[in-house]
Amino acid sequence: MAKKLRTRKHKVVLNRSAGGDLGITVMLGLLGVFMFLPMVYVVMQSLKPLDELFMFPPRFYVVNPTFNNFKDLFSLMNTSMVPFSRYIFNTVFTSVTGTTGNLFFSSLAAYALAKIKFPGGKMMFTTVRTSLMFHSTVTTITSFIIMSTLKMVDTYFAIIVPAFCTSLGLYLMKQFMETNVSDAVLESARLDGASEMKTFWVIAMPMVKPAWLTLIIYSFQGLWNAGASIYIHSEQLKSFNYAINQIVAGGIRRSGASAASTVIMMMVPILVFVITQSNIIETMGSSGMKD
Amino acid sequence: MSQKTAQKKAVARKDMSKLQWTWKEMKRNWVAYAMVAPFMILFTVFTVLPVLLSIVISFTDFNLLEMPNFIFMQNYITLFFDDDIFLLAAQNTFVFAVIVGPASYLMSLLVAWFINELGPRIRAIVTLVFYAPSISGQVYLIWGTLFSGDAYGWVNGTLLNLGLISEEIQFFQNAEYVMPLCIVVSLWTSLGTSFLSFIAGLQGIDRSLYEAAAVDGIRNRWQELWYVTLPTMKPQLMFGAIMSITASFGFGGVVTALCGFPSVDYAAHTIMHHLEDYGGQRFETGYASAIAVVLFAVMIGANTLVKNIISKVGQ
Repeated sequence: MAKKLRTRKHKVVLNRSAGGDLGITVMLGLLGVFMFLPMVYVVMQSLKPLDELFMFPPRFYVVNPTFNNFKDLFSLMNTSMVPFSRYIFNTVFTSVTGTTGNLFFSSLAAYALAKIKFPGGKMMFTTVRTSLMFHSTVTTITSFIIMSTLKMVDTYFAIIVPAFCTSLGLYLMKQFMETNVSDAVLESARLDGASEMKTFWVIAMPMVKPAWLTLIIYSFQGLWNAGASIYIHSEQLKSFNYAINQIVAGGIRRSGASAASTVIMMMVPILVFVITQSNIIETMGSSGMKD
Repeated sequence: MSQKTAQKKAVARKDMSKLQWTWKEMKRNWVAYAMVAPFMILFTVFTVLPVLLSIVISFTDFNLLEMPNFIFMQNYITLFFDDDIFLLAAQNTFVFAVIVGPASYLMSLLVAWFINELGPRIRAIVTLVFYAPSISGQVYLIWGTLFSGDAYGWVNGTLLNLGLISEEIQFFQNAEYVMPLCIVVSLWTSLGTSFLSFIAGLQGIDRSLYEAAAVDGIRNRWQELWYVTLPTMKPQLMFGAIMSITASFGFGGVVTALCGFPSVDYAAHTIMHHLEDYGGQRFETGYASAIAVVLFAVMIGANTLVKNIISKVGQ
């Protein structure tokens, strides 16, 4: 038996032609260059001294790297109307509370939808799944009307509360629970007299760690990258991203500082992804739609 | 017919009508309702209700200030017969979606497939390289620097230096270049959720399927892809398609950031921009809602269509 398996494996290797390998490597290389070079260029721009930023002919790479652009950016921050720390606080505060709430509400609902059979459950999930099919911009205008009715416009709630119920978060969490939490384990916990809430918290949640990490990352990225919002008018409530854009919108003289700010803004999501990559991929394993 | 099923169930559930049975089930599972309640209530208020409200308001002339009047189909009639810019926007959106949607989908799938056989460490690095542009916020603004309209822009500078052009090209002010550039930039940011889903789907395929296929006479990797890989990862293909299509209809931010609003000669004006124009700037909420309803219908329609096509793959 073992011998037979080995010969089969050998055949699988034979399926790979050298020409195909070469073709794929070339394609991947070209696409990789297309994807990667602009990212490299951002970093290069942020490290260029002024005379290299405005030289002719332009050079792709930097010769005398300097951190002056970052220093410029920080001194520009001190000139803003509202203390800059306030913008940072706004983004951190909304990102953290929004993500926490999203994680809690979504996993609670996902558990019930995936592991308890009750009338209406299937319909609720279908509704949420359908909402993956349209972009949230479609509902911006009427959301504004609803939020102003609820007196939420121009408060932190306008950013945080809608972030509690993202359909992608619920969808991924529910799919992952369905495939990765075994019914037998839950059943024995229930037989031992554990309440549904306790089963959820003590048994199911630790089993779906990759899914909640993924949910955290998605929610956090969305909130971290949020710029100007039509729901917020007060300068004190605006986001870090918005403030940085205001600073660097000051024309061509600030293109160094602009590149520096882009580098700072992109560092956080990229670092977070590097740390959690394997968990996200694991979660995506159950992301498929069966019908 | 319903009476028949009700009767059938009544027998199965020991002399209980369907309604009674449902009510009993609901009472028995009250915990489940309590668990989904916070999410579902918020979801209803911030997603379901706005959609329904859009549909209602789209039949009125609401403008946020005066009492709305019911004007029936007038907004839709104006939209389709009297608004040339909307027709232009619809055309641009269509061109964009037809190019970027499938292209980003295929790119995600091919790259995921290419890197599937690499070692885990290299695969992680390559994944990061391809995924990074889509999560890095406004990093796409770098394309504005690369294609900047002065001689310091890398593309213009290089072309000038090589003597290929005699004066700078105003890439983002020229109707000819705006649309292709925006398509390229959107593609650059489009390897997102569907890409990760494909990677995971490919990794989840059981190796023994390939071995069996090799015995059955699959000769090369293209046949393997078509006959084994794609049918096996169909659920991921479906999820990825929905993610790609929705994203390709939702583009607009890229155009505004790179080309300004409105773009030159409305060359890259999309339905999204039209919606923003009437909803966010002119406060013609009724008319904007009609635009939103059209966009909503188009997105759902396109997704349903593609879903049906994919579900037929390999059947």
